[in-house]
Amino acid sequence: MEYSYVFLILLLPLLSFLVLGLAGMKMSHKAAGLIGTLSLGAVTVLSYYTAITYFTTERLADGTLPTIVPFNFTWLPLGSLSFDLGFLLDPISAMMLIVISTVSLMVHIYSFGYMHGEKGFERYYAFLSLFTMSMLGLVVATNIFQMYMFWELVGVSSYLLIGFYYPLHAAVHASKKAFIVTRFADMFFLIGILIYGYYVGSFSFNFTGTEIQMAECAAPFLQGDVSRAVAAGGLIIPTALVLMFIGGAGKSAMFPLHIWLPDAMEGPTPVSALIHAATMVVAGVFQIARLFPLWIQYAPDQMSIVVYVGVFTAFYAAAIACAQSDIKRVLAFSTISQIAFMMVSLGVCLPSHEAGVVLDNHAQLGYMASMFHLFTHAMFKACLFLGAGCIIHAVHSNEMSAMGGLRKYMPITHITFLLSCLAIAGIPPFSGFFSKDEIITACFQYSPVVGWIMTGVAAMTAFYMFRLYYGIFWGTENKELHAAHTPHEAPWTMTFPLIFLTLITITCGWAVNFGSFVSASGKVYEIHLDTQIAITSTVIALLSIGLATYIYKGEKQPIAEKMYKMFPRLHRAAYKRFYMDEVYMFVTHKILFRFVSKPVAWIDEKIINGFIDFTAWSTNESGESIRSWQNGDVRTYAVWFLTGAVALSLILLAI
Amino acid sequence: MNYSQFLYMVPEATLVAILIIAFIADFASSKTAERKWFNPLMCVMLLVQTVVTFFCGEPAEAFGGMYVATTAANVMKVILAAGTLIVVIQSRNWMSRPDTAFKEGEFYMLVVSTLLGMNMMMSAGHFLMFFLGLEMASVPMACLVALDKYRHHSAEAAAKFILTATFSSGVMLYGISFLYGSTGALYFDDFTAALNNGFSTLTIIGLVFFVAGLGFKISLVPFHFWTADTYQGAPTTVTGYLSVISKGAAAFTLCTLLMKVFQPMAAEWEMLMYILIVASITVGNLMAIRQSDLKRFMAFSSISQAGYIMLAVVGVGNPAIAAYGVTALSYYVLIYVVANMAVFTVISAVEENNNGTTAMSSYDGLYKTNPKLAFLMTLALFSLAGIPPFAGMFSKFFVFMAACQQGSVAAYVVVFIALINTVISLYYYLLIVKAMYINNDSEPLPTFKSDCNTRLALALCTLGVALFGVCSCFYEWIFAAA
Repeated sequence: MEYSYVFLILLLPLLSFLVLGLAGMKMSHKAAGLIGTLSLGAVTVLSYYTAITYFTTERLADGTLPTIVPFNFTWLPLGSLSFDLGFLLDPISAMMLIVISTVSLMVHIYSFGYMHGEKGFERYYAFLSLFTMSMLGLVVATNIFQMYMFWELVGVSSYLLIGFYYPLHAAVHASKKAFIVTRFADMFFLIGILIYGYYVGSFSFNFTGTEIQMAECAAPFLQGDVSRAVAAGGLIIPTALVLMFIGGAGKSAMFPLHIWLPDAMEGPTPVSALIHAATMVVAGVFQIARLFPLWIQYAPDQMSIVVYVGVFTAFYAAAIACAQSDIKRVLAFSTISQIAFMMVSLGVCLPSHEAGVVLDNHAQLGYMASMFHLFTHAMFKACLFLGAGCIIHAVHSNEMSAMGGLRKYMPITHITFLLSCLAIAGIPPFSGFFSKDEIITACFQYSPVVGWIMTGVAAMTAFYMFRLYYGIFWGTENKELHAAHTPHEAPWTMTFPLIFLTLITITCGWAVNFGSFVSASGKVYEIHLDTQIAITSTVIALLSIGLATYIYKGEKQPIAEKMYKMFPRLHRAAYKRFYMDEVYMFVTHKILFRFVSKPVAWIDEKIINGFIDFTAWSTNESGESIRSWQNGDVRTYAVWFLTGAVALSLILLAI
Repeated sequence: MNYSQFLYMVPEATLVAILIIAFIADFASSKTAERKWFNPLMCVMLLVQTVVTFFCGEPAEAFGGMYVATTAANVMKVILAAGTLIVVIQSRNWMSRPDTAFKEGEFYMLVVSTLLGMNMMMSAGHFLMFFLGLEMASVPMACLVALDKYRHHSAEAAAKFILTATFSSGVMLYGISFLYGSTGALYFDDFTAALNNGFSTLTIIGLVFFVAGLGFKISLVPFHFWTADTYQGAPTTVTGYLSVISKGAAAFTLCTLLMKVFQPMAAEWEMLMYILIVASITVGNLMAIRQSDLKRFMAFSSISQAGYIMLAVVGVGNPAIAAYGVTALSYYVLIYVVANMAVFTVISAVEENNNGTTAMSSYDGLYKTNPKLAFLMTLALFSLAGIPPFAGMFSKFFVFMAACQQGSVAAYVVVFIALINTVISLYYYLLIVKAMYINNDSEPLPTFKSDCNTRLALALCTLGVALFGVCSCFYEWIFAAA
């Protein structure tokens, strides 16, 4: 069979994880890193080969790419439902294979330099392998349950990697926070899956078969009032989908479940690049894209929830990003904002205008735009994070105040960072321009209000990214700090990934037509720029960059200081992330702990525990009292035996 | 007579062959010399036997219906053969001791002939054939218990075992004579046909006495009194063998007999089983809490585990759901074999390094000196207590499910009592874990290195404990055969 080798894509990182996890302690750092990197290199080659073979296969008669399942075996059959493990190849999973393997490989190479000499080097590579395996398993899942299993595995490996510097209190705290918040959201995901499985009778992503079963599940209602039947039967799928979306919103850090992502920056910077910028955090977007046929067909009205959450998060995160001083936090909030762009883009897809057609490239332009932005964002955001890693590596601090004027010392980092900033700001011909432009076009199709808001957020993006850029590479140089040790350019293992990712960022917007790979209906979609929107957004982005240049480029920044003085409260609130963490603290500590946990603890202690104590006491006592039966005398045993048999006979005869 | 019918009895025929080879090997070699090859030879032969049994599972009838091979029985034969293999693997340490080395051949022959007897018992199609099989398993077992006759209480244990076993055989034969007297049939098929035409008081008394005889083997309360003394006195390896293989075979036989032969009397024996199950689980647990010797403790634990095994039986009277019961029972035995053998292997290893005492206090602080051993013991105990994700949790789940499918209120009550008892059992299993990890001993057992056979046996058992539950293929294999 053609794709018979694909199981290796999942198996190799798993093996690498097991080898490094079990025997890594005994290896030298170099050997451990090489094992991880080489196995990942092999996975990358296989992924590229798979994706290229897949995208070059002949299209079906209706112009779509075939969906291929190289293998799918049943792990646990449960009556009509079953838990399967398999491998699904379709346009988005093939695209994700490329994204994950590329970024992961770059991070593996980069970590050679960045993590050099760290304690627990082999543990780090083991966890990276585990993460890569889980993430790949997530995107190639053939059913929602497999997706959920790998989803949780991804969460675990993220937890392990955020807490990598476990002697640090902040890292432990952040890893716990990330895990608990995402687990809380995943609870809804699981409930959604169970509702879906219960009513639809299948976990599979092959939705063509499910339509029939959906009709059956609606059938009992049809016996009564037809209108009520549609209402009741029709709400089951949307409910399940919205619950699953909450899970996705947790992973993808949508408001108000975003609070874990900024703290997750306590992990090593390459990890932030891989997990908290390029791959894991887009799992929520991927989940919606995966279930897209269901959303558009059965829950088109509920998609507005996705839009509202996305629009608000995009704006909210961008506003916070403007006031942060820790460079990784700025990038974290920028990530939240950009993922919200992808969410909005999926949400603004409209049902098809043509009768009988469900999936329509034009009405659902947002689907393609979202996936496109996912791809480009993964590349330039990974590059930005890795660049931030180089800078932190050089100045040993995350704070912008410790930086400034670094362009002289780190030319490669400077150039790649600048190009990636241009990409995220949406300046042509960099990739971000093309994908963001498609998103904004899709938003205008949906409603001009959303379109204008998103354009505004895009302008904010350009502004805060260049605020960051000038803060790091221009501005006042921290002479005292730099006198102690001069910042220097990172080794080639760290700069090579930057250059590679930048090259992708420069070319992938115009060199290929993304619409021919991924589109809502699966047919080729020619991307054509809407000149009006393209020009408007470019001009706005340039204006924002100009504004940022004006305010932040100089050695002294009088305007910025004047602004802080003018709006001290607003700045403080944005700096404190609008007190969302404090709100959570209030709700959990002051309300939940006091009014729910304490009474429950009392019941547990006094009533439940009292009952258990009583059981234990009575068990002990009765054990003591029947001890004498076993006296070691064979005659007594025979008497008991016979008495027992006779007594049992009598009991049976009596009833 | 058509001698080709022997070809249907592949598992038994191979066992006879192994018996003969072991006999010749023992006879032909000098007993004073060290016989390093003996144990590996037996292991390989038993491994072959297990594999052969696995691959010849076709149902067949031979010798005019005296011998009936079913796929379900074949699965059980494979499980028991594999369990015996583990016993033989781990017996090497004991068998290489100077005072037992010359008995090595005897030990193997006795073990194999016990297994042969149990196979015959499981495949019997006639009451007399069944009784022959039972005794064939029983008598060598008594010899096994007495194998260490100059040590500890081995002789006392054997005497108690043989006396009570004789007594129970008598009661059982008495029961069989009642059954014959009331129906006039000894072939199982004829017997069921006769029962379908109605049965009398005499048949019910016969049924109870018959079940009492098998209940003795499974050590169900109130037929369990021999268990504690015999388990404690017998050599540890033999205790392991007794507690899993003998019990498993008897439980399976009782299950299939109740399911097929006594099916028309389902209402009667269901009541009987409820009483026996509740009594076994509860009394076994209550007695286990108070023990200070680990082998005696395991005896009571095995009594309560026997009750859980029998839970699978309550639903088999209904042909529609009988397959679930048989599967749950075989699956429970499979997992019980690996978990219990792991515990007994550890006990045996500790005993050899602790001047032959098996007191629980000698496990204090074992984790500090022998962490790996303590860890494996913990896994096995967790499985016995039914803590997920170990196999024991799955096997308990399936027997509970099988019992619940019976559907009557009484069955639910029994399951509920069994559930409460799992909590109690958790307590005493964790007592040992606590002793190993938390209790402090001024002089814990010194660190020792086990021989490779002990390690192999432990590895196999632990693998089973870890995988049998999580991989659904094992359950499906058994279910397909049931």
